Amino acid sequence: MAVDRTSRGGRDVAPLNDWQARLEETALTPVRQTGRRFWAVVAILLAIIGWGVYAYSVQLRDGLVVTGMRDRISWGLYIATFVFFIGISHAGTLISAILRVSHARWRRSALRMAEFVTVVALICGASFVIIDLGRPDRLLNVFIYGRWQSPIIWDVLAITTYLTASITYLFVPMIPDLGLFRDRLAGRSSRWRGWLYRTLAIGWNGNPAQWRSLASAIGVLMILIIPIAVSVHTVVSFIFAMTLRVPWDSALFGAFFVAGAIFSGIAILIIVMAILRRAYHLEEYATEKHFVYLGYLMAAFAAIMIYANISELLVHGYKLQEGVEFHFRQLFLAEFAPLFWFYLLGGLCAPIVIALVPATRNVRGIVAAAILVTLAMWIERYFIVVTGLRVPLMPYEPASYAPTWVEWSLLAAGLAAFALLIALFTKLFPMIAVWEVAESREAAVTDDGATRPIGEGPRLAEEASR
Amino acid sequence: MTHADTDGPAEANPGSDDPGSALQPATAGSGFGRRRFLRVLGLGALSIVPLPVVSELIREGGVADVQAEPAHGQGAPARTRDGRVRQWTMIVDLRACDGCQSIGQPPRCTAACIEGHFAPEPMEWMQVFEADLPGGGTQFIPTPCQQCQNPPCVNVCPVGATFSTPEGTVLIDQERCIGCRICMAACPYDRRFFNWGNAPVPPEALLADYSPEHQVPAKKGTVMKCDFCPDMARTGTLPYCIQGCPQRAIYYGDLEEDIATNGREVVSASRLLSENGAYRLKEDLGTEPRVHYIPGHGEAAGRDAFSPGREPTVWPWIERAEGAVTWRR
Repeated sequence: MAVDRTSRGGRDVAPLNDWQARLEETALTPVRQTGRRFWAVVAILLAIIGWGVYAYSVQLRDGLVVTGMRDRISWGLYIATFVFFIGISHAGTLISAILRVSHARWRRSALRMAEFVTVVALICGASFVIIDLGRPDRLLNVFIYGRWQSPIIWDVLAITTYLTASITYLFVPMIPDLGLFRDRLAGRSSRWRGWLYRTLAIGWNGNPAQWRSLASAIGVLMILIIPIAVSVHTVVSFIFAMTLRVPWDSALFGAFFVAGAIFSGIAILIIVMAILRRAYHLEEYATEKHFVYLGYLMAAFAAIMIYANISELLVHGYKLQEGVEFHFRQLFLAEFAPLFWFYLLGGLCAPIVIALVPATRNVRGIVAAAILVTLAMWIERYFIVVTGLRVPLMPYEPASYAPTWVEWSLLAAGLAAFALLIALFTKLFPMIAVWEVAESREAAVTDDGATRPIGEGPRLAEEASR
Repeated sequence: MTHADTDGPAEANPGSDDPGSALQPATAGSGFGRRRFLRVLGLGALSIVPLPVVSELIREGGVADVQAEPAHGQGAPARTRDGRVRQWTMIVDLRACDGCQSIGQPPRCTAACIEGHFAPEPMEWMQVFEADLPGGGTQFIPTPCQQCQNPPCVNVCPVGATFSTPEGTVLIDQERCIGCRICMAACPYDRRFFNWGNAPVPPEALLADYSPEHQVPAKKGTVMKCDFCPDMARTGTLPYCIQGCPQRAIYYGDLEEDIATNGREVVSASRLLSENGAYRLKEDLGTEPRVHYIPGHGEAAGRDAFSPGREPTVWPWIERAEGAVTWRR
């Protein structure tokens, strides 16, 4: 019976081989059984989020006066975290869309997790803008009175579009796997789960027509989502670059933010992959090769970031226009120097070294590099916001800013919400893209490059013309 | 290439032109067919598109008319006798400004503004900065909102809560402001102030009739700034800061009629500006401020450029209102 169902729900009419069965088993395990450790983690995360809710209620009651922000440094940790989260949301886009477009076969194990990260990071990032508002009760004014001229509105449009697109992009390639879940879990899980998979599988039965539709849908989406993703982080940079502040006055800002976004997105993806691999025993699918390749990609983006930093710093630093000297002093020599040097050396240079030196070119080394990059990129976001606002505009003493317990609590809650949503996703949805992994395995087994996996470029035309 | 395909669809039903019908019975129970599947896919993709037009739809639906004057209680613009809209301007004669050193008090313009507007501590809408002179010594620069004609704050406001008026001033509607503070990031003059908490204001302020031209009482979580007192100017009264200035260093006037007054004398605004080498702050930014400065360091008031310092501003009310808090600047 089970075999029957699978042959219908899955994509192979050929009898299941051991490998495929094991793959499906691995994908299903997190959904079938939930250990005590998982609930312990959930409980801890919920406690942190609960504390964050309390902190936010304090902020709602007393106003933003409970934060460290004041008139002269009027954005702080919240906006930095917003930028950071929107940045890591680029994980999904890059890994899935760009690698899909470029036919990189090794990407497949990382696919689904990357798309999870995208959706969850976007949700968390967007909520930090709302947390930062002085009048969250008037949020709807954005839709009622929205002005196209405002970078904030560009942000709202870009982020909602990207969220919709990335949810679609998460969902569509997942349909065959949801069909698999529906069939394999029928009658063996709770009623609402049955309902969930039945609904979400939207009648998937694996017939060729459906595969063709799926292929063309993925083909369109993977192209569509790249410009959307690029535009998102570009307009995020515009809320800074569209002002007259000296440190933000740069035409490079959009590209700089996009590069940084993808950079930090890869780092977060590596970390999430490492955790899930450990927790759900995915060693067979997320292999050292995957980590090393992602490490190479991260190193490449580190190089791009170094280049962007050099152009940015050199162009401004050479001329030392008004305010730039102050800005450079605070970054390189004074208040922010230790962390800024950490960002430059530990966050940008070290990952390249780690990826290049054979001794550190392993899972552990790459994960360590990813942690460095994550920290460094958060610091960078923080510095962009805070140091940019700190440069005095008029003859007054430079202001200072230190986040308060409310801000730290909400940051912790945001990170906890990120982890919690990812954890819940793994319990609801197949975190390995079963059919795509199976496909790349088949492709590898059947040999050469003659096989074109479904959902990739030129084949679509052939499919359509048939 | 197609023949080498080992992918599911080709393998599952090779050569079939309409494979969907062949497999249809298998899923008869679920009732979902290929059409349904395609439809859902299409809807999913389509759902990306309409998001940007949501606000447009709301507007079309007549929920809000964004073109209407955003502020209630904003008066009709002041006009000259022949009907031209007045263009308010301010001219600060720095030669006469000694930062109120000679009377040994905090700057009176700031104090008058605070008292007149019930400005919460620590907001100095009219702030007197002490700037270094190139050759040593200092000058005092009374700095209200510069009332830019190319206002960066108005450009970036997402909800149109801050807006330019026909009189050439910039106002804020605190009943629309969402408190995102991008205008504060955008203002190159540090002239915007946020109500971080429940501002300390005297009880009488709570009875005031709020309008963007008369930002009383302060509203938590919104931005405030100098409003250029257009409501007072229309009734023939000079702004508080000018009334408060003991040296008569500040002129208020109308560029349209080319007239300005400091409360003692009436002058031609253009002559005053041209003949004294007036400048505007950060002119190179292209913000086109309406506030002009005549260079100086208080010499007309008998100030020596090398006697620095001014008395710190005080707020006559501190936490008198219930639940009020103060904060540092």
